[in-house]
Amino acid sequence: MSTGTIRPSVGPVKALPPGRYGLPELLASEWTKLRSLRSTMWTLGITVVLGIGISAIATAETRAHWSSSQISGFDPTGTSLIGLFFGQLTIGVLGVLVMSGEYSSGTIRATFSAAPRRPLVLLAKALVFGVVSLVVAEVVAFASFFLGQALLSPPAIHATISSPGALRAVAGGGLYLCLIGLFALGISTIVRHSVGAISTFLGILLLVPVVIRALPSSLANRIEMFMPDHIGAAVVTFHMGQETLPPFVGLLVLFAYAAALLTVGGVLLVRRDA
Amino acid sequence: MIEAQGLTKHYGSKLAVDQLSFSVRPGVVTGFLGPNGAGKSTTMRMIVGLDAPNAGNVTVNGRHYHDLPWPLHEVGALLEAKAIHPGRTARAHLWMLAQANHITLKRVDEVLGIVGLSAVAGQRAGKFSLGMSQRLGIAATLLGDPEVMLFDEPVNGLDPDGIRWVRNLLKGLAREGRTVFVSSHLMSEMALTADEVVIIGKGRLIAQIPIDDLLAQSSQRYVRVRSPEIAKLKAALEREGATTVLGEDGSLTVQGPDEVKIGELAASIPVVLHELAPQSASLEEAFMELTGDAIEYHGELTTGPVVSREVLR
Repeated sequence: MSTGTIRPSVGPVKALPPGRYGLPELLASEWTKLRSLRSTMWTLGITVVLGIGISAIATAETRAHWSSSQISGFDPTGTSLIGLFFGQLTIGVLGVLVMSGEYSSGTIRATFSAAPRRPLVLLAKALVFGVVSLVVAEVVAFASFFLGQALLSPPAIHATISSPGALRAVAGGGLYLCLIGLFALGISTIVRHSVGAISTFLGILLLVPVVIRALPSSLANRIEMFMPDHIGAAVVTFHMGQETLPPFVGLLVLFAYAAALLTVGGVLLVRRDA
Repeated sequence: MIEAQGLTKHYGSKLAVDQLSFSVRPGVVTGFLGPNGAGKSTTMRMIVGLDAPNAGNVTVNGRHYHDLPWPLHEVGALLEAKAIHPGRTARAHLWMLAQANHITLKRVDEVLGIVGLSAVAGQRAGKFSLGMSQRLGIAATLLGDPEVMLFDEPVNGLDPDGIRWVRNLLKGLAREGRTVFVSSHLMSEMALTADEVVIIGKGRLIAQIPIDDLLAQSSQRYVRVRSPEIAKLKAALEREGATTVLGEDGSLTVQGPDEVKIGELAASIPVVLHELAPQSASLEEAFMELTGDAIEYHGELTTGPVVSREVLR
């Protein structure tokens, strides 16, 4: 082990671009962080494999028990995208871990020492994770759709990507997963602990809707349409009840939730000690 | 150059750092000394902007940490071992930090070599011993070849070889003209490494002085005496203004006159001497004397000397 020179042997380290560190540097750093963890790659892999797998199994089951009475009101697109409802759980948990993992391991202090402008770090993290989760979610959505439609052989009816609303449901379903991931990242930035953030996320996604159903139905219907899970269902499936946000509006509302949580998280990052 | 002025931090009602002012200059190793819980880590965290002070101000090279254009090129900080994601490899950990400050992958491999981790660069940090994690933390401080370097208890968890290596590294960095600020709760460690010390207790500055002055100033001398007529000698010494303590083993500890004066006094009485042994207070004792009324956790300090013996092994 050498105790000699600390200075680089070849080439100056100090050849720095003008200005200061910024988004390009932080995007590169966050990308390295994301792909250097085996747990991240596993979670994304599980999302793809099980997402498509569950879609395929559910669609094949539907086809196997096909009866002609099903034809009216059958939604081949929504049926083939069932796997997205599993995918939202893994993408959400990953969104939590991307931030809470830094706190539990102490990496956050190294991160903020290298880049003290914390909201910029959060922005880079959200952009990198957002793009990666969008790509993965769209892969799951499109693969599920095409595989599912192939499985729905006659006499069952199937859709094509040019069927009315099909592209919206497939592409929108992928976007929904990405926004759910950012929603979870926002929660994690505020809560900072993995267990607390995952509980909060799953609670909002799965438990709160159950509680809302217990309210008088006129009230429940009006609140329910603003819940993330309901927005997701409205994007992916066709036959929702009356009290539903149109898919595009729903995605905008979900985007607003995620943006609001990330903004609050960013403010808290600045205010709280790391 | 690090300059702190009136730095104050409280957590709830607990005052961690209290109006602390000091400066750390380049070219020497400056020790940051204080008992556990004295506020050393909190102060270091405020220097690199992780914790915000409630009052006061601290700058690095005349600027707040937050305003540094390329922080890792100006400041390298080892704040805690094990601040590394257990699932990430040593190389990936350094690479993601490097990228944030426009540092090359080549430099990453270079610092891994400097700290002796090249062979395990591709291993996940979760498998690292505390010593290896410390080395990885030190590698991170070297990434940007910074002028100012902070180390919080860098020898913790290191074996004797590692400790010697860190000492030489710190001295080498200072010789290259860098500002080196190292915290420790071990006076003995600082005596071997530091040129100057900033001493704090209960978050307050006790002294900032060159280490040699500290050693000279605080090394108390006393003399142990044994005699078959100890009571007679004790009375005579006290008449001369000496402070004496009679031990349970029958020996007398004398503070004031040196061994020459005590010997002459004994001869003049006359009293037979069986032992006349000059003693000096240990470094740890000198340190404890300085921080005596500023000790936060008495329980922890009593373990201090035990740890130091281990370190000096």
